[in-house]
Amino acid sequence: MKLTLAKKKVVWAYIFLAIPIVFFAYIRVYPALFAFQMSLHDYNPLAAEQPYVGFENYEKVFEELGKRKSQTKSAFQNTINYVLLGVPIQLCLALAIALMLNEIRFMSTIYRIMFFLPFVTSTIAIAWVFRMLYQPRFGLFNVILQLVSLPQQPFLRSTQQALPSVLALVIWQGMGFAIIIFLAGLKQIPRTYYEAAEVDGASRWHTFRYITLPLLNPSIVYLLVLQTISFLRMFAPVIAMTEQGRGGPLDATVTVVLQTYREAFQSFNMGYASSLTVVLFALILGVTIIQLSVTSRRIN
Amino acid sequence: MAESITPSNIFKDQGRGAAVGRAGGDWKYKFFSYLLLTMIAFTMIVPFMWMLSTSLKPEKEILRRNVFPVEPTLDNYSEVINETDLPLWYKNSFIVAVMSTVSVAFFDSLAGFVFAKYNFPGKRPIFIIFLTSLMVPTEMLLIPWFIMSSNPPIGPTWVDTYWGIAFPGVITASGIFLMRQFMQGVPDELLDAGRIDGVSEFGLYWRVAVPLSLPAIGALCIFNFLGNWNAFIWPLIATTRSEMFTLPVGIQQFSSEADTPWNLIMTGASLSVVPLLIVVIIFQRYIIEGIALTGLKG
Repeated sequence: MKLTLAKKKVVWAYIFLAIPIVFFAYIRVYPALFAFQMSLHDYNPLAAEQPYVGFENYEKVFEELGKRKSQTKSAFQNTINYVLLGVPIQLCLALAIALMLNEIRFMSTIYRIMFFLPFVTSTIAIAWVFRMLYQPRFGLFNVILQLVSLPQQPFLRSTQQALPSVLALVIWQGMGFAIIIFLAGLKQIPRTYYEAAEVDGASRWHTFRYITLPLLNPSIVYLLVLQTISFLRMFAPVIAMTEQGRGGPLDATVTVVLQTYREAFQSFNMGYASSLTVVLFALILGVTIIQLSVTSRRIN
Repeated sequence: MAESITPSNIFKDQGRGAAVGRAGGDWKYKFFSYLLLTMIAFTMIVPFMWMLSTSLKPEKEILRRNVFPVEPTLDNYSEVINETDLPLWYKNSFIVAVMSTVSVAFFDSLAGFVFAKYNFPGKRPIFIIFLTSLMVPTEMLLIPWFIMSSNPPIGPTWVDTYWGIAFPGVITASGIFLMRQFMQGVPDELLDAGRIDGVSEFGLYWRVAVPLSLPAIGALCIFNFLGNWNAFIWPLIATTRSEMFTLPVGIQQFSSEADTPWNLIMTGASLSVVPLLIVVIIFQRYIIEGIALTGLKG
């Protein structure tokens, strides 16, 4: 049988795509549907059967959220705090650094590498380093506080300071990525705009406010979405920096993903844990859609 | 398209906003920029210095307040290498990262080639399904993956095997998307000329498209290796025996006892971080430009 060239190409396209199609169907699509299905069952892998319970797991999530205090509620509250504090601080710092880096020539590569190193470092390894820096007595931060005669701080051991302490590591580690994206965005702004502004005698602030900021909008939106999602998914820093990886003290640092992990793999409440991940998925989807539509409308 | 990732053209383009030089009265701004940047750069390096310095301290100095070791020693390194499973974790991390990187380089570029250069029924829906999988957070798939690994359709359990650790990442949607973008720059005339000369379709991919996209494939490989080397949550779930841990999982398990062996943890962290930092410093230009061009996140 002789095939025409067009038909031959179709056949080859499917042959080349066969393995990726099977992969996506079996490793990505099917498990996503499976997660929805599990969330409708009282799924415990150790039990003899996995009874169908309808939306009971979701009802339980909202019941926990309605309580005055529960681990699930802390997990959601902390995660939202991480996002609301972490994303703006990280992006503002990164933008300030990128603006400064953009104006210097001498040693700029060395600075860029230094800001970038934490980003390619293993989160677990560096989170343990920070955990040590935060220790009472021998940790570097308390050593410095003593040198300048300030009172010692409990950091990770205090319910108030633990969340900002974890957050500081995450901001520190992820900043390099945002700096690079901002720098790439800044390079795209035509130089003539700045020259025109200079001729008009615009101040530095005006140049920033009316030229740099609006033209940087694509980078800002991109980073807002990406960093919000990554803060929503926070897990490794908390498990590495808290006692027994519990998200303490007193659930002060626990996140949705850590709570999911503990429910699924320590208590084996996989149905309930699945419903938590579905809520997380909805949250990520919602944030993405809202942020994209709000930010693009404001600029237009 | 294919040439646009060649090193350094993005930072060479000085005609655009690079280093906006304002005449006069500028040195103050520059001075403060350097001052601030130096201070921030210092805070970026200090944790790494602390990690290395602690790894060189004898045990009795750990709880003292000296920043640098008084009597530096390599005892921690010999203890970690000889008395823990760290060498095994190293090997596991390396095998898993190489396995998935080779697989990603091949399958992502092949699929990208097909989406860029072939027309076939179902092309759009298939591509969209691949891309929407990016919207689903991996956290949602962890539990199903674990159930699937414990009772795979064929063969014994995947838990505590290299395949079990690597399988979620052997093909990536972001890589396919990236490769499609680059392969679109491969000239159709070149492919048709090849067909006339009797080159097979796979030959067109392997001998024409791949050589033209090597810089993009290189960037993809570097990110993928870094991502897998540092991956934590799935390897944590997919392994139960210490001999099968990857480095991050192993380091996390160092402190399961009541007291924390800080010197050993810092030594393990140094061993896991330093070789990678050296590689990153050597390839920094490609990595930074790769991120700037693709927006890929390790």
